[in-house]
Amino acid sequence: MAADIRPKRPFRWHIAIFLAPAVLVYTAIMILPLAGTLQLSLFRNIEQHQVFVGLDNFRTLFGDPNWSVNFWNALRNNVWFFIIHMLVQNPIGVMLAALLSSPRLRFAAFYRTAIFVPTILSFVIVGFAWKLILSPLWGVAPHMLDLIGLKSLFTPWLGKEEYALTALSLISVWQFVGIPMMLIYAALLSIPDEVIEAAECDGITGMSQFWKIKLPLILPSIGIISILTFVGNFNAFDLIYTAQGALAGPNYSTDILGTFLYRAFFGFQLQVGDPNMGAAIATMMFLIILGGVCVYLFLVQTRLRRYQF
Amino acid sequence: MTTKLLTALLLGTSILGSAGLAHAEDVTLNIESWRGDDLAIWKDKLIPAFEAKNPGIKVVFAPSAPTEYDAALGAKLAAGSAGDLITCRPFDKSLELYKKGNLADLSALPGMENFSPVAKSAWQTDDGKASFCVPMASVIHGFIYNKDAFDKLGIKVPTTRDEFFAALDKIKADGTYIPMAMGTKDLWEAATMGYQNIGPNYWKGEDGRQALIKGTQKLTDKDWVAPYEELAKWKPYLGDGFEAQTYPDSQNLFTLGRAAIYPAGSWEIGLFNTQAQFKMGAFPPPVEKAGDTCYISDHTDIGMGLNAASKHADAAKTFLSWVASPDFATIYANALPGFFSLNSSPVKMADPLAQEFVSWRGKCKSTIRSTYQILSRGTPNLENETWVESANVINGTDTPEAAAKKLQTGLDSWYKPAK
Repeated sequence: MAADIRPKRPFRWHIAIFLAPAVLVYTAIMILPLAGTLQLSLFRNIEQHQVFVGLDNFRTLFGDPNWSVNFWNALRNNVWFFIIHMLVQNPIGVMLAALLSSPRLRFAAFYRTAIFVPTILSFVIVGFAWKLILSPLWGVAPHMLDLIGLKSLFTPWLGKEEYALTALSLISVWQFVGIPMMLIYAALLSIPDEVIEAAECDGITGMSQFWKIKLPLILPSIGIISILTFVGNFNAFDLIYTAQGALAGPNYSTDILGTFLYRAFFGFQLQVGDPNMGAAIATMMFLIILGGVCVYLFLVQTRLRRYQF
Repeated sequence: MTTKLLTALLLGTSILGSAGLAHAEDVTLNIESWRGDDLAIWKDKLIPAFEAKNPGIKVVFAPSAPTEYDAALGAKLAAGSAGDLITCRPFDKSLELYKKGNLADLSALPGMENFSPVAKSAWQTDDGKASFCVPMASVIHGFIYNKDAFDKLGIKVPTTRDEFFAALDKIKADGTYIPMAMGTKDLWEAATMGYQNIGPNYWKGEDGRQALIKGTQKLTDKDWVAPYEELAKWKPYLGDGFEAQTYPDSQNLFTLGRAAIYPAGSWEIGLFNTQAQFKMGAFPPPVEKAGDTCYISDHTDIGMGLNAASKHADAAKTFLSWVASPDFATIYANALPGFFSLNSSPVKMADPLAQEFVSWRGKCKSTIRSTYQILSRGTPNLENETWVESANVINGTDTPEAAAKKLQTGLDSWYKPAK
């Protein structure tokens, strides 16, 4: 009879206990502030009181030309910032990784470190150093161009509306190229030797080995890098702020969503900060990034073929 | 033995301590400020001078970092732990404190009569009825020039615009010096040292500024577009690559002796005196024809108010009256050359460059920066837009008319002048 009474499975407390620290910390420092931002964007300060206004802040953001022109300008600049990273940073990262993983390369460890070092530098140092390098007065760039007789090619890039954003994107690429390089390098190293040997037996060597064997195997890593670049670029702020200031000059040509948010939220000089409009912009940034990540997760990642070894 | 000695010592200190307490009926006033740079001047010069005259009142100067000042002060005021005396930022930030009831009304304070209406305008309600901070200092705009360079090239100090541009042409033709040290990278140089520097001569100082606030003049009027037309003419006289030249770059260009003229604010005097190895002079923004009335930007920058919740309001008022006195003005202006007292009675200063700047008050009419009072309360912010557009005009991105039109459209979108 005793066999009939199945012992009740005890509640597995240990799962909850082991999860608790991570859940608590993540909630406190990520989920609550995010919810707070979303909530803030639905309120407005009217005569020193926070009043619920529904989606009015978003209507202002898109309907009032004083806000919408700046918003679309910032978004456009941000997209260009992202495109430069995708077209320059990631291909160069893949190329460097491919070169580094070549067994015949000497001093590979040195190159790897040297290329990765800028990534760990502070934005303030990077922004300041490049401002000095490109300075028309004391910079090394005009001087070096002068030495090879190409002084005429030099213009004050950071001060010209048509070049400033591209110049800053390239500075950011210089700083962060180490990250795709490292990730791809790790992916390349994890390709088993048997696969490579099999390819060699089939007569696939050199460049075609890279294109036909290695590249398909590292595609998932490239996908991850793309999404990291996307998130990083649409959250970018520091470099523009340190190099161009909060007004993202000249003529707002380097204004990206991060600097636009900063000016709205904290104010600048005589402009008094408006946390509610700032939160509305932050919410839009969140939605843009969320949208991008979803597109990647549901449309791209599910179609990537994975190889099990 | 040791225990006994210790007890005796402790007893002794406790008696001495209470004796000290009984003696200390002195009132202590705390000053809130963001001017940490001035700590030594307050401690060594200003406070001893005040305490010598007013026994029984002790003053402590307790500054916080400029970037944290507004937030820290707000928190302290809310918690009731703020100092008795509060250093006032100009215009809206202090006005907001007054409206919240944190700053006391000082209109009737003895000593306030020592200040002109322009000097008080930064710390008044919009209707001008209540004043809530004692004006302490202002900064004056003008041009600082390299005297050695002018002597070498045989250039006289220009007083009219034609002479000014003739001088610039001469410096440029000679080629030794960059005619003018200014960049547009940081934007505010173009607006503050450019537009707000030369502008008052065109819009007739206070007349134009008040008319703009009343709505009888527009930024698209001739008087407000003309300074932009002059700024656009500056472009060929600026250094190579001025588009990427920052504010410190401009300062260094001038103090290293590579540029002849520096569109300046008087706050540069202290730094330039220590860095420049050549003789310097200054001239006010040139006027159109010789003999025209000249106008200068004499911008109110710093004041001091009374915490409405102060427990020692009477002592604090005594101190503020002293801040409003010529005594204070003399010590302050000499300790910080370039920050000029707003007191109507003339102040004797030792620094020749500072003397030159302040002498313009006698022959020119003073005004403050046009964008600061009332007009920068909304979005888009007129001051910030003026930075961007002034740089655009010099860079040639926008014509003077287009820039003025953008500014006026932005202002119209939120500012409705009281009719």
